[in-house]
Amino acid sequence: MARQKLPPTQTLTMKIDDVDVTAKPGQTIQDVARDHDIEIPGLCYIDGLTIWGACRLCLVEVEGMRKLLAACSTEVAEGMIVHTDTERLRRYRKMVIEMLFAERNHVCSVCVSNGHCDLQAMAVQLGVDHVHLPYMNPDVKVDSSHDRFRLDHNRCILCTRCVRVCGEIEGAATKGVGGRGINARIINDLNMPWGDSQTCTSCGKCVHICPTGALVEKGTAAAEMKKHRSFLPYLTVMRES
Amino acid sequence: MIASLKKPEAPSDDKRWKIVQATMRRNGYSRNALIETLHTVQNSFGYLDEESLRYVAASLRVPLSAVYGVATFYHLFTLKPQGEHTCVVCTGTACYIKGTPELLQHIETRYGIKDGDTTADGKVSLLTARCIGACSMAPAVVFDGEMEGNVTEEQLDTEVDGWLKS
Amino acid sequence: MTPEELEQIAVDQQEAENQLDHRINVCMAASCMSRHSEQIVKDMQAKLKDMGEKGEKTQVRCVGCMGLCSAGPLVEVDHPADEAAGKGPEKVMYRDISPEHAESIVNATVDGRTLPDLVQPTDIPYFTRQKRIVTENSGYIDPECIEDYIAAGGYSGLVSALTEMSPDDVIHEVTVSGLRGRGGGGFPTGLKWSTVARTDADQKYVVCNADEGDPGAFMDRAVLESDPHRIIEGMTIAGYAVGASKAYIYVRAEYPLAIKRLKRAISQANKFGLLGTNLCDTPFNFDIELRLGAGAFVCGEETALIASIEGKRGTPRPRPPFPASYGLFGKPTLINNVETMATIPWITRYGGEALAAIGTEKSKGTKVFALAGKINCNGLIEVPMGISLREIIYEIGDGIPDGATFKAVQTGGPSGGCVPADKLDMPVDYESLQEAGTIMGSGGMVIMDETSSMVDVARFFMEFCKDESCGKCVPCRVGTAQMLDLLEKMCAKSATQKDLDLLKELCDVTKACSLCGLGQTAPNPVLSTLHYFENEYMDSLQGEVTGVGAVPATETKAGAPDPTHEK
Repeated sequence: MARQKLPPTQTLTMKIDDVDVTAKPGQTIQDVARDHDIEIPGLCYIDGLTIWGACRLCLVEVEGMRKLLAACSTEVAEGMIVHTDTERLRRYRKMVIEMLFAERNHVCSVCVSNGHCDLQAMAVQLGVDHVHLPYMNPDVKVDSSHDRFRLDHNRCILCTRCVRVCGEIEGAATKGVGGRGINARIINDLNMPWGDSQTCTSCGKCVHICPTGALVEKGTAAAEMKKHRSFLPYLTVMRES
Repeated sequence: MIASLKKPEAPSDDKRWKIVQATMRRNGYSRNALIETLHTVQNSFGYLDEESLRYVAASLRVPLSAVYGVATFYHLFTLKPQGEHTCVVCTGTACYIKGTPELLQHIETRYGIKDGDTTADGKVSLLTARCIGACSMAPAVVFDGEMEGNVTEEQLDTEVDGWLKS
Repeated sequence: MTPEELEQIAVDQQEAENQLDHRINVCMAASCMSRHSEQIVKDMQAKLKDMGEKGEKTQVRCVGCMGLCSAGPLVEVDHPADEAAGKGPEKVMYRDISPEHAESIVNATVDGRTLPDLVQPTDIPYFTRQKRIVTENSGYIDPECIEDYIAAGGYSGLVSALTEMSPDDVIHEVTVSGLRGRGGGGFPTGLKWSTVARTDADQKYVVCNADEGDPGAFMDRAVLESDPHRIIEGMTIAGYAVGASKAYIYVRAEYPLAIKRLKRAISQANKFGLLGTNLCDTPFNFDIELRLGAGAFVCGEETALIASIEGKRGTPRPRPPFPASYGLFGKPTLINNVETMATIPWITRYGGEALAAIGTEKSKGTKVFALAGKINCNGLIEVPMGISLREIIYEIGDGIPDGATFKAVQTGGPSGGCVPADKLDMPVDYESLQEAGTIMGSGGMVIMDETSSMVDVARFFMEFCKDESCGKCVPCRVGTAQMLDLLEKMCAKSATQKDLDLLKELCDVTKACSLCGLGQTAPNPVLSTLHYFENEYMDSLQGEVTGVGAVPATETKAGAPDPTHEK
């Protein structure tokens, strides 16, 4: 049963990038920005899944706060003055994107998601024209054991969208994170081949929610893997029903 | 659905499972007790194997991926069987300043094992710890649970050689 | 437990004490135990038994840490006043005791003699310059004996809080005391308490953070091993003040002795009615449970610690919401570290003003430090805030061994930095340390002499942070790994000026963008050593020429793809 939301008892006023905006209490900076067509970058945030707050691309400056705050997880307050696109933020965001490219083996030209990749798009949007960090070239595996899907750790950015959609929406909790730090990896069940998983329902939501070529359908050639995101707007509805 | 609410059977009639069950029972089979339970399994069996992870997951109703995630997040949990004896070298700051790197190098040269390795005969495992709080007697080494301070290479050899001969 | 009953226990214990002629206190904290102090106790007790009647009036007691661990095992003998000889009561400390000395110490003690060869003088600055509040009972009471703690005034703070003070009164005293979080952050404790107290909820929690993870720090271990009831009392007072009925102590599994003593203390307190339901015949209920860590430094961070108590991976989450409003199991949660909790009983006993009278304007009270590394007096000290580093290192710590020269002191562990010799006269308080590019941290002080390379020290801490990064947020996960690679290159003298510039850039991003304190402070050891010892970084670059542009820029690794070329 869908809950009837109570009408907001008050409206807040605040400023985002020098624009006066109104907001409802309980909204995050990200929510309010989107309501007013202000785009804040981000890779881990998905409406309807728990907030993860880990990609750090949506960090914004809030006047009076010493630290940068994640727009996805910070609730707005009356009179808040937010800057989402300063020189400093642009520099940090570029560096974070570079860190992701340097961390694993992202070879766009041969990637099935080339041209349909959120990471790639974000890099273009933020003007990352080269990576000046040393590539770490980790020896990571490709799991092709599933009938229909493939998990390529070379392309994974650990945004955990797959983990959250699997546990919170599908309810299978097949996907998780194993290890820690730079050795953290997306896992299936007890880190077994995906094809051997007894919990996976092969629903494919993880594949289509994945921002990169880490989770893809088999049988796709380079640049062919277009993800179907039409179900995304329903995630919130599914959670609330 | 009633059947699935029953507690799963222990993997074997090994008495040690009773200890594991006791921990889970004491915590009301709450999923919050996952780390406590894994501690008990490891203390009882020496390490966490697939069978025990599956059993704990089923008993506490925690997804397998979450159990594996926890078991591999924390340093003290190990999925590999350990040697008969363990030698834990502290790598805290004080120990580092006072010669742990040399000790580890010495162990590698003399016994051919690095952090996390076990000697080929399965007798001795080498582990490192992030500060065991024995900074005033750095460098510190824990030999089979017994802490020794101001450890020299000679002292270490005496201890480890003793194990290897046993 | 009523105030009268508590008083009676204290009186009985004191009387039992007065029946004795001599007391031999043997340190049974981890450090001395590893040097066989347990055997010393056994041998002494056997010897006394052999003596028959003569030995009956001498007691061997297991006590906690006496502080000067480098001279351990330590033994202290209490001689009673000898009125005939016009002597007052006397304490004699013996150092470097081994089981062979047990018999001679017992013989001498029973006869009222001392053994001059073994004496550790206690009129040295190490002992006289300390101000002991948190460690007031350490080395005097038996940590496994609740009566001992009560006889030393223990639990009187709790009983008076419960019977004479309102929760607001308690919070007021803590606020007046000026106490700030001793775990590293230095957040005002009173403010934290009142925030939790003001939050409405059907259930609130108190958590004691005993996940002392900083390498080089062992203050909390010593307090837990030496005076565990103190933590229980502090937590119970906190629970009363903020309206919590359930508490957890999150303690490192690496501290087995501390765990054993805490378990014992909790069960004793339950038995004595100092934990449980209707404490002091009031409606107040309070329970404490232990939760063991499993080797993850990041769990010292509040939200990661909460996740770990809930049985999950210890990954932090964005704050706000802060645990004070949304904490353990989603309920308002007060989290204080061991030393903070251990100061509370003293505050309720003597009042907030008494603590505020010690220390500096903004940093009140005392701080326990663990002295380790290249220093003569290795061990634990408790000093008033505002004391200078020089006094700590050269007077209390008795300087650097082997005639070596002091180079730097590292404080705050992997979140802190190195302070060089020209800052030695700086007062030790939260603000001054921060100004000097480091932090108070939990209290580890590792002293380094000229043999330590500062680049290598930075590399050591970066390796630590890389290993301990939970891997959740990008800047910390990748930044620490990248910085470690660069520092390793520098230690191998194969780095270039470009690498050094990149290192600085990575420090900036990781500090500004990381999700939690681990990542935000991970660059500190690099930044502080860069600030004070930049020459060592320059020397670590390839060859002699280190000016900008003097070294050809290195290419990215062959074969590594440029991700944005082929779109």
